[in-house]
Amino acid sequence: MTNTIFSAKKIITMNPARPHVTHVAVREGRVLGAGTLEELSGWGDYVLDETFKDKVIMPGLVEGHSHAMEGTLWKYTYVGFFDRMDPHGKVWGGVKGIDAVLARLKESEAKLSDPDAPLPGWSLDPIYFNNERVNRHDLDKVSSTRAIGVMHASGHILNVNSKALELAGLLKTGIDHPGVPLGDDGLPTGELKGPDVMTPVGVHVGFDRDMLSCDEDGLVDFAKLCVRTGVTTATDLAARLPEEAVAMMSEVTARDDYPARIVPLRFHHGVTPKDLIEHVLQLKEQSSDRLRLGMIKVVVDGSIQGFSARVRWPGYYNGADNGLWYISPEQLSEIINMSLEKGIHIHTHTNGDEATELVLDCMEEGLRQHPSRDHRFTLQHCQLADRAQFRRMAKLGMCVNLFANHHFYWGDEHYNLTVGPERALRMNACATALENNVPMAIHSDAPITPLGPLFTAWCAVNRLTASGRTQGESEKIDVAAALYAITLGAAYTLKLDGEIGSIETGKRADFAILVDDPESMPPEKLKDVRVWGTVQDGRIFSAAEL
Amino acid sequence: MFPEQNIPVTIIGGYLGSGKTTLVNHLLRNANGKKLAVLVNEFGELPIDADLIEAEEGDIISLSGGCVCCSYGNDLTSAIIDVAQMRPAPDHIVLEASGVALPGAIASSLSLLNNCTLDGIVVLADAETVQKKSQDKYMGDTISRQLSDADIVLLNKTDLVSADRLLQTREWLKQCSNNASVVDTVHSTAPISVVLQDFERSALKPASGKPHDTSQFESYKLDMEEAVDPKKFASELITNTPELVRAKGFLLDLDGTVKTLQIVGQRFMVSAAPQGIECGVIVICIRGD
Ligand SMILES: [Zn+2]
Repeated sequence: MTNTIFSAKKIITMNPARPHVTHVAVREGRVLGAGTLEELSGWGDYVLDETFKDKVIMPGLVEGHSHAMEGTLWKYTYVGFFDRMDPHGKVWGGVKGIDAVLARLKESEAKLSDPDAPLPGWSLDPIYFNNERVNRHDLDKVSSTRAIGVMHASGHILNVNSKALELAGLLKTGIDHPGVPLGDDGLPTGELKGPDVMTPVGVHVGFDRDMLSCDEDGLVDFAKLCVRTGVTTATDLAARLPEEAVAMMSEVTARDDYPARIVPLRFHHGVTPKDLIEHVLQLKEQSSDRLRLGMIKVVVDGSIQGFSARVRWPGYYNGADNGLWYISPEQLSEIINMSLEKGIHIHTHTNGDEATELVLDCMEEGLRQHPSRDHRFTLQHCQLADRAQFRRMAKLGMCVNLFANHHFYWGDEHYNLTVGPERALRMNACATALENNVPMAIHSDAPITPLGPLFTAWCAVNRLTASGRTQGESEKIDVAAALYAITLGAAYTLKLDGEIGSIETGKRADFAILVDDPESMPPEKLKDVRVWGTVQDGRIFSAAEL
Repeated sequence: MFPEQNIPVTIIGGYLGSGKTTLVNHLLRNANGKKLAVLVNEFGELPIDADLIEAEEGDIISLSGGCVCCSYGNDLTSAIIDVAQMRPAPDHIVLEASGVALPGAIASSLSLLNNCTLDGIVVLADAETVQKKSQDKYMGDTISRQLSDADIVLLNKTDLVSADRLLQTREWLKQCSNNASVVDTVHSTAPISVVLQDFERSALKPASGKPHDTSQFESYKLDMEEAVDPKKFASELITNTPELVRAKGFLLDLDGTVKTLQIVGQRFMVSAAPQGIECGVIVICIRGD
């Protein structure tokens, strides 16, 4: 048995016993040890691989809340405000105004040969164009004969052209719906807000009915993005996971060149709690090294910027009605109780603090019935939680995965509009979580914001909003804590911290290969750390050669 | 104005345990040969009594009498589009909203679909628990919003509360439901003609089918021989008939055309009538004490 020893300029191990080393030995896709060449040569014959001798190695990064559909979305035209890298490494420049959006769409339009093919775009964000809206007449200039639809970055609004409205039977007067603004002519402007309105038109512009699902190509492309961002384990949070989807994911992730470990969670919706638990127990049996099944995601409320999150008194800053529950307390309790009883791991989506409070109440009661020492139920997003709620999380043994990226992209919106100046400061309270010993991860929720844990770490460290304000100085964390959150922190929330998240004997040989050293970069430059690629289960993946 | 082939949709709302599932089964048992398509949120035990089920195929359950039941999970709009396109087309869609859904929001979404039209929002309230639930820390405002969306409130399980309590609950419901018609029921057994608009389009007859419990209602026919302004007529009928639950029929407009009028609770709809129809409006009211 020949071992491979990788040398590096620096290896950040996340193992406090020896935090920095120069060499790591790998056998059978796992770490034999990290230390000096001399120490590691004690394991027997080895091949010294110096590919990374001038690189910095970190534990493979772990994205605890992403959606594999980010891979699928790149089939569509990107019209986001910020520069963003696609799975093939091309960085698409951000579009800085409506004219630029239309120009980008026109370029894509010119490439379509089928005159009836729809033209879908994604990641539009008019808040950066002084909220100037894209209307159907604008999009008609790109094409009046094929259906065009552009999804907003938040995923809550779709702008379509006249053809799309016509195909959906909505190019008519007399529509009375809060999600369908009308123009002076009494016809819809082409802006459609909320899933109920987006669905019937979405199918005509190329957005599938089940936006959460990810196809084979999408799963392959998603993993390419993982390599480019140093990620070796990523969640797909969440999907319904019917048999065909699981078979496809099993086959794809088992390929010799598939570079990531995918952790898909089963979405709670659509089945009874009893059937849900049964399905998940079944799924657990189908797990493999690179496809980890058997967890549940429960969605409790909507989103803050969509005003569908459930917030506590005094509600939304702009006076909007409180948001929507996506599950009743009774059903939530039932799922929690059954999962605690069967040892199934749940992640809950809560954005508003009232939704978070409900989960805490249900957990407290559930744990009274089914005391569980190490359940690690994780509050996902949990953006608005206050300090008292973090204290409860700690007592209840819960973990949290905060939406650090959100603070950058929508922090100004929250400050001005949704929750107001005071509560905006406490959003995604990383420092409070750590201070209260709540195990913490931070996430991108890709494709809502781009996959890239080093960027996410930068967001948590600097708490800058898109307009350049520091929002919530007291909730900043230091670089070491942020790097922990995107490795062992996230691994802990998935109960994978014994396998991944650090570089030490026995763990998976999952590494992020970096050109720059995140520990010596100035904290405000953390997002600029360049990623060379990854090593996953001992296999080398160079971003440049994908 | 909706084309005649639009399928009417009745939304059944109400919190968990208020009797929605019992009502759906009751409607299926009393469909009188009409093809009902029942849409249920998948989240819940199979909502249909076993003896009504003929075949189960994926997300669609075939029921006796040509009815079907489909589950919709989190994509209601697609499910409605699918059901409306079924052949033979259903005569009526009954949509059981989830316990946390706001039926008014569902009704708004329906207005965007081209092949169905809202027949009414019927919200069930458990006579024993509804007032307490409306104060619930988490669900209170959701339950209040459900009630305020209602055209008709079925005050269910009235056998479980005292007469005084019933009276008080009924008054309370009137207020928090924007004056919806409040109908007392036990085991959700309201007459089908109250819950769903009468299917009969040509032959008008008072309250078709023998409802389980008629004592609470009376129905009568207005002949409508003279031309009227349909909207004005409807508003006045609603104002002057405080116990009105539903009305349906055909009337002569001032412009000489015949119009279809439908009233449910406080809401009315006027649309073009089928050719050669005889005028007359059937009114269903709660019987005075
Ligand atoms: Zn998400």
